[in-house]
Amino acid sequence: MMELYQLTIHELQDRLRAGQTTSAEIAASVFGRIDAVEKEVRAYITPMRETALAEAKLADEAIKRGEMKALTGIPIAVKDVCCTKGVRTTCGSKILQNFVPPYDATVVEKLRDAGAVFTGKTNMDEFAMGSSTENSYFGATRNPWDLERIPGGSSGGSAAAVAAEECIASIGSDTGGSIRQPAALCGVVGLKPTYGRVSRYGLVAFASSLDQIGPFTKDVEDAAIMMNVIAGYDPRESTSVPEEVPDYRSFLGKGIEGWKVGIPKEYFIEGIDPEVEAAIRKAIKVVEEAGAKCVEVSLPHTQYCLAVYYIVAPAEACSNLARYDGVKYGYRAEGNRDLLEMYKKTRSEGFGAEVKRRIMIGTYALSSGYYDAYYKKASQVRGLIKRDFDEAFGKCDVLLTPTTPTPAFKIGEKTDDPMQMYLSDIFTISTNLAGIPGISVPCGFTASGLPMGVQFLAGHFQEGRLFQCSSAYERLAKIEKRRPKL
Amino acid sequence: MEYEPVIGLEVHAQLLTDTKIFCGCSAKFGAPPNTHTCPVCLGMPGVLPVLNKKVVEFMMKMALATNCRINPECNFARKNYFYPDLPKGYQISQYANPPAEHGWIDVEVGEGKKRIGITRIHMEEDAGKLLHDEHNPVSHVDLNRTGVPLIEIVSEPDIRSAEEAAAYLKRLHEILVYLEICDGNMEEGSFRCDANVSLRPRGTEPFGTRAELKNMNSFRNVQRAIEYEIKRQSYVLDGGGAVVQETRLWDDTAGVTHSMRGKEEAHDYRYFPDPDLVPIVLDDAWREAVRKSLPELPLEKRERFVRDYKIPPYDAGVLTASRALADYYEEVVRLSGEPKVASNWVMGDVLRFLNEEKKDIRDCPIAPASLAEMIRLIGDGTISGKMAKEVVDGMYKSGKPPQAIIAEKGLVQITDEGALTGTIAEIIAKNPDQLAQYRSGKEKLFGFFVGQAMKATQGKANPQLINDLLKKMLAG
Repeated sequence: MMELYQLTIHELQDRLRAGQTTSAEIAASVFGRIDAVEKEVRAYITPMRETALAEAKLADEAIKRGEMKALTGIPIAVKDVCCTKGVRTTCGSKILQNFVPPYDATVVEKLRDAGAVFTGKTNMDEFAMGSSTENSYFGATRNPWDLERIPGGSSGGSAAAVAAEECIASIGSDTGGSIRQPAALCGVVGLKPTYGRVSRYGLVAFASSLDQIGPFTKDVEDAAIMMNVIAGYDPRESTSVPEEVPDYRSFLGKGIEGWKVGIPKEYFIEGIDPEVEAAIRKAIKVVEEAGAKCVEVSLPHTQYCLAVYYIVAPAEACSNLARYDGVKYGYRAEGNRDLLEMYKKTRSEGFGAEVKRRIMIGTYALSSGYYDAYYKKASQVRGLIKRDFDEAFGKCDVLLTPTTPTPAFKIGEKTDDPMQMYLSDIFTISTNLAGIPGISVPCGFTASGLPMGVQFLAGHFQEGRLFQCSSAYERLAKIEKRRPKL
Repeated sequence: MEYEPVIGLEVHAQLLTDTKIFCGCSAKFGAPPNTHTCPVCLGMPGVLPVLNKKVVEFMMKMALATNCRINPECNFARKNYFYPDLPKGYQISQYANPPAEHGWIDVEVGEGKKRIGITRIHMEEDAGKLLHDEHNPVSHVDLNRTGVPLIEIVSEPDIRSAEEAAAYLKRLHEILVYLEICDGNMEEGSFRCDANVSLRPRGTEPFGTRAELKNMNSFRNVQRAIEYEIKRQSYVLDGGGAVVQETRLWDDTAGVTHSMRGKEEAHDYRYFPDPDLVPIVLDDAWREAVRKSLPELPLEKRERFVRDYKIPPYDAGVLTASRALADYYEEVVRLSGEPKVASNWVMGDVLRFLNEEKKDIRDCPIAPASLAEMIRLIGDGTISGKMAKEVVDGMYKSGKPPQAIIAEKGLVQITDEGALTGTIAEIIAKNPDQLAQYRSGKEKLFGFFVGQAMKATQGKANPQLINDLLKKMLAG
């Protein structure tokens, strides 16, 4: 007998529509699950049980009136980087530990309007800076498949919550892989949309030109359902693009016969885990079985992605995080003799080590005398990286790559070695630099039972292709349905 | 040694848009602290700026009015620094790609004109205000002003004296107010000026080290501060010292500039393009639409008034001091057909009344049509110039047309020659002594007879007619 919390969005919707269950029952089931496993997984910073149960009740009333919307009664978790009106939004940081926004992020507003039930705010690396969710002021989240391992990051809480079935779907943000990498490591679907596709309004900024919100789901169809709700132009964001939103579900089940799938040769590097590589080779076969032709392509500037990213992202971050100064909201250090000391103590005490490291890198990269050598040069190379992708998408419909070079690593394994930690995003970072969409879909398990992911990339605003391709892959690959033992 | 001052001015003008530059909050001055704020201008986490198009239009107006080249594309940059009145920790400004460059304006200096170059004009957001408690070591932050749109107008270092600086500033001020994009209020800070001042030995090319002067909140103070600074730097240089590159604050009371020293200085602003805003395209169509909307500018208007209305340059200057005043004057001219007379009345009585009450021409109770009508009534002899003084006063106080005032006060001029001849004959008969003296050469007594005649007619007699009749009748 399946529990309600184990089901997907579309399965629950079928049951709600058929009157076989209620939103209240679904919410109760999910919170029962949270009670059972949360103390081990620690996916949430702020669970929202009371409001969720009330929202579920309202959802049931709406269903009774025949007003079922795209997500009516579906329990959804939101990364604690998206502002929620009246609910504290911490970004995993001490400096915002008591910050309660008086506004909803556009994405939260859209989910609310679609009838979603909010289960809570999920854990994350502080200000989304990290690849393991260990950089959270509220403690690390554990990988539901192996509690001694990290869930990935920075949206580790949102990925783990879906994998551990503590919500039906969740929202994350992806600046350099923060949705796709934890999705792969937790065995769920994670999509980073095109830059400008989903509104950033109310998403606490890390690196404004790279940040993008996207969903974590249990399958590809659910990801399409989520995207139908959250995508679209937002007049409150200047970089939002007024491009029409297609019905993403219409791409599901269409097949990819005759497609050209590019395999970038630079993504099969030394240091890639043999089990991951084998799983990806297998995924390539599956895609070919589906009738697509796989061709090798080259993205020649791939080797510069990490370097470019670690200049552009910290540069924007050092400016974006300047507002946390103890003056208006958030944490303020006590016992300051003057203004300068207040700034210094507040920021020294309020930010964690990784955030401070990136603020310093970014400040340095923008400094007078260094700007041209670092920030300007990085911006130029970023243009070349974009061009690589444009050329590749001139030749093929989508690209296929590993999402991560390795499966989930152990908690504490890379915390003392930032470079090793940064390398875990090596396959996801270029997507953000180019602004294109990418999806990670489960592609099997290692011998020790850790999930792995395959990544599909498409051109700007080609999320439809990603859904078409990944749903075909998902259907044919028949990845074993396992559930983490918790 | 004789030095030549080299001066460049940076002017910040607050734009008269209804809302702020990046959010929908009111940009009006004077509201209770922190009432004109929202998450965007408060710099709360996750919020994003959206550019107010009016700001771009206003900037383009100023750029075109000052002969700038408008670049086809510009973008916003972040100027990063920490201060409590700057909630985001950066100011959204423009840096590498300004919207307007290479402009100039002509200013009147002494008898001649001088052309001063404008390096660039760009848009940015204003910061908030700190209010320091006088009794406790506490400061309060008012963020109403945060995000109010500004344009910064940077001049070339073309200015050579404090007087030129003041003339340039007055011209800029006048243009901004004429364009109705800035209220020009220096005390409330909607028009602010910083000055870069350096000296070089006269006849040499290279610039000396400059000091930046701040905190001058009137034209007079700008002039005084620059004059002081020129003296100070000459003194330093003559004494064998070196001018330090620094920011100096003008102290109005003491009449000196003080070095600001310390933490306010040596900023590295780490400018970089703001990733939250997209480049702004200023295409030909938009530029031309703005150009078409430009009003006649003060200098052109002044020249046209002198040319078309044949009034002295001084009068033209006074009458074009504001667009509303010029419009008022032109309406009176149009209705009366008497440019010179109209100029006298507007510059004389009307402006005096308004100035006494510190009122704007737009609030003048005398309609241009009424003033024109009064001028016509003087012209056709219905009232005398002296009566008109009473009429204009009555019109100002009541807002009524001249006929109403004339009727109320019974001011119609007596022009009946027969009646006046009788009156004068009576006066001459009553004053034989004065008549005898007058006839024996004491011509000053003519005034006495005029006075008597005016008295007898309660001042309503046509003075010209009285003069003529008296001359004839006194002669015998």
